[in-house]
Amino acid sequence: MLTTILSISLGAILINNFIFSQFLGCCPFLGCSNKTDTATGMGVAVVFVMGLASAICWVIDQYVLIPLGLQFLETLAFILVIAALVQLVEMFLKKSVPSLYSALGIYLPLITTNCAVLGVVLLNVQNNYSFIESVVYGITGGLGFMLAIVLFATVRERTEFSDYPECFEGFPICLVSASLVALAFMGFSGMSIFG
Amino acid sequence: MNIKKQFTEGLITNNPVLVQQIGMCATMAITTTLFNGVGMGLSVLIILTCCNVVVSAIRKIIPEEIRLAIFVVVIAGFVTIVDLLLQAFIPALSEALGVFIPLIVVNCIIIGRAEAFCQKNTITASFFDGVFQGFGYTVVLIIMCVFREFVGSGRFGGGLIDVANGFRFTMDGTGAGIQLFPSQYGAAIMNLPFGGFLTLGLLIAVMQYALKKSAKKKEEAKKAAKKAEEEVSEAC
Repeated sequence: MLTTILSISLGAILINNFIFSQFLGCCPFLGCSNKTDTATGMGVAVVFVMGLASAICWVIDQYVLIPLGLQFLETLAFILVIAALVQLVEMFLKKSVPSLYSALGIYLPLITTNCAVLGVVLLNVQNNYSFIESVVYGITGGLGFMLAIVLFATVRERTEFSDYPECFEGFPICLVSASLVALAFMGFSGMSIFG
Repeated sequence: MNIKKQFTEGLITNNPVLVQQIGMCATMAITTTLFNGVGMGLSVLIILTCCNVVVSAIRKIIPEEIRLAIFVVVIAGFVTIVDLLLQAFIPALSEALGVFIPLIVVNCIIIGRAEAFCQKNTITASFFDGVFQGFGYTVVLIIMCVFREFVGSGRFGGGLIDVANGFRFTMDGTGAGIQLFPSQYGAAIMNLPFGGFLTLGLLIAVMQYALKKSAKKKEEAKKAAKKAEEEVSEAC
């Protein structure tokens, strides 16, 4: 049990990092990585939502959709759950932790369209994970996302002051530097410590 | 309504990936063979067109506050239809694209077009917008696939074209493609995530360069025309 959890965690954080090897969640990754602070806030929010979404969607899938034979509605049901969840988290934060709420600002509602969140839920179903495995995969996948976005934000703060061709301004230079970070993450590929 | 203008917008001046810079996850993830690229592009084209038409048809009766939820439900419905159709008729494509077919639900292109275009325009205009934007997306995918496949493994049209027994298209993804140079001389790294990021970055850079250049040219042409006009008026 412990080894499974450890191998899932290591896989989600380093080996099969959501951004650098599965390309899930690239939009917020490129959109919110201007500053390390916002990147960290976004990362924390995504970890939270991914963990919670994995748990809730697993329960809905196992106890509602599968018994009723409605698996073909999985995509629809999951995206609605995620949208509602993000809305709930937003209202909860607004009431109880207003400081974090204002720090996250617009990025909070945008988590709904983060494909890492829907991706992790769909992958949980595809891999037939148990409840605990799903939650672990959700949280560690979020941690992997957070690691990637914070690392990349620090890289990006440096590229702002460097001298690159004019036509690379904006997204292209980000993508090129992201490709180099992805190259670094490739060092983890093929690692399998716990079988 | 101006179909020609919409066409150039979808393909070049307002291309979803290269100019609006949305919907990039799938663009980078699946562009490893031409088969995947064409399949993904056409799926998005079909879903986008259907969603555009439906959203535009119901635009007057949906309440402002919950429009996003309604858009998402419409999109998820069409994505499920396409997903099931692919599983039934082109299982190889469904397998190759994997989780990225259901993930079209959260592809910003579709919800972006619904929000930015279909809400305010007629059904016909929205239909053409869907077709052209989807076409622009497909073209970008094809360019990326061709480049990555060629540099990565010296191939063209992997999965889609078979030349073993004469030239033919394979719909089941089994075609080996045309080998332009032996694959061991290819830079295999282009088939890995690194290649996805790099190719898209270079492509957007080229696009920005070209757009800037054409804008400059237009400005110069305008200046020249103005100058000629002034000369004419002076002569008078």
